[in-house]
Amino acid sequence: MHTEDISTLLKNHSFLEDLKPEYIDLILSCASNVYFKDGTKIFSEGEEAKKFYLVRTGKVAVEINGREKGSIRILTLGPGQVLGWSWLVSPYLWHFDAYAIDDVRAVALDGECLRNKCEQNHDLGYELLKRFSELLEARLKATRMQLIDVYKKELN
Amino acid sequence: MTLTDETKLLTEESKVTADPMIPSLFTIKKIFWETDDTFTIEIESQDKVPFNFMPGQFNMLYVFGLGESAISICSDPYKNKTISHTIHRVGNVTTKLSQLKKGDTIGLRGPFGSHWDVDKFIGKDVVIIVGGIGLAPLRPAIYSIFRNRKKFNRVIILYGARTALDLLYRVELEQWSKTKNVEILTTIDRGDSSWRGNIGVVTNLFSYIKLDAMNTYSMVCGPEIMMKFSIEELLKRGVAEKNIFLTMERNMKCAIGFCGHCQYSSKFICKDGPVFNYSDIKDIFNIYEV
Ligand SMILES: Cc1cc2nc3c(=O)[nH]c(=O)nc-3n(C[C@H](O)[C@H](O)[C@H](O)COP(=O)(O)OP(=O)(O)OC[C@H]3O[C@@H](n4cnc5c(N)ncnc54)[C@H](O)[C@@H]3O)c2cc1C
Ligand code: FES
Repeated sequence: MHTEDISTLLKNHSFLEDLKPEYIDLILSCASNVYFKDGTKIFSEGEEAKKFYLVRTGKVAVEINGREKGSIRILTLGPGQVLGWSWLVSPYLWHFDAYAIDDVRAVALDGECLRNKCEQNHDLGYELLKRFSELLEARLKATRMQLIDVYKKELN
Repeated sequence: MTLTDETKLLTEESKVTADPMIPSLFTIKKIFWETDDTFTIEIESQDKVPFNFMPGQFNMLYVFGLGESAISICSDPYKNKTISHTIHRVGNVTTKLSQLKKGDTIGLRGPFGSHWDVDKFIGKDVVIIVGGIGLAPLRPAIYSIFRNRKKFNRVIILYGARTALDLLYRVELEQWSKTKNVEILTTIDRGDSSWRGNIGVVTNLFSYIKLDAMNTYSMVCGPEIMMKFSIEELLKRGVAEKNIFLTMERNMKCAIGFCGHCQYSSKFICKDGPVFNYSDIKDIFNIYEV
């Protein structure tokens, strides 16, 4: 795929909505177009988190290995959503497993490449951090809501 | 004549009892489990009086010798020979109700309370956000919209449940989703690898829809915390406060604004609610002690 095409994919992804064109140009060299067939393991807990993914089509399941409790599927992500933030936080290791549970098309962004760009251009770094902070806040809120187990009513 | 005028006319004709404190007798025509802790009962008036109601209204269902529970009506408001209630078995009354059989008699007072005024949504997009048993009180409003489908623009239903086995009215959801201009997205809080659908809280589904905020009306029903987060998402996306409707629950006794059991700050849920416009209660909605 040509870089112009990837640039369009980046611009059209809701996570990067309204990102200044100059920033898109800056991160373009860190981006690649990827495809995962249904059933593919995208990454595993403990592995180095080299990338994150802007999901374009299909569905990804995020699972946590509860050891003796087995694998627990905690979240699914689909078009317009972002898979992975561990590339941003040292020691850059995945905390979850991720599987394609559908044929998935995404734009992958190389974490190290992006961290270097952000070091060189703090405005870009700040812009991306703002977006990731919002994402993390939303995930934290959602996790709290799941923890509350809102729909459960105990039988008296 | 508007949709609600049609139903109002019928409601006037069909007061089951003159005294709202005296229950009328109803026979159970059908009772069946929707999930492992939630069941539906279809009942008919023993006086054979048609039972008319507005979407979102509730009845006090009375198990003789035990007590009453406030339960929303979940059937089609245009069908008034029998009415249905979907009930989550949680305590004394709801457990006893779950044990009744076809042909048994219960008492009923109602219908009570405010309603989903779907007329307001004519020509607009309607976004329905429901969690758990919250789909039941909204189902009559959905029936009304589907019966007059052409009068409304897009219909989006975002529905969250605890597990895949807790999703209610699956056959109907499937049918509704085949209608033009209707998007139905479901998600569950807990799942395993056999579930191919969405996992995550209901607010997660917002990222899959594009809202035309200026033209959107929303109805929200579910546990309060779920409604709080859902309303935050709607507001964040530009939907006006006055275009958001929700239903509140409190323990009830009289259901007619006398006893004060359901007091919600300066309001009584039984009389002023259960359906409220968000802009009318926003100041108290975010104070959980109220
Ligand atoms: C307007 C309105 C509409 C309702 N619609 C439905 C419906 O369609 N389907 C349905 O299953 N339930 C509905 N409810 C809730 C229902 O009234 C209660 O779950 C029921 O009264 C519990 O009675 P019980 O005797 O089985 O439980 P109890 O033995 O009285 O209590 C069981 C548990 O439920 C809690 N509880 C009791 N009543 C309420 C209440 N009103 N709100 C929140 N928690 C409560 C108690 O604190 C306790 O923890 C509605 C409530 C209101 C106010
Ligand atoms: S239930 Fe008595 S005032 Fe509302």
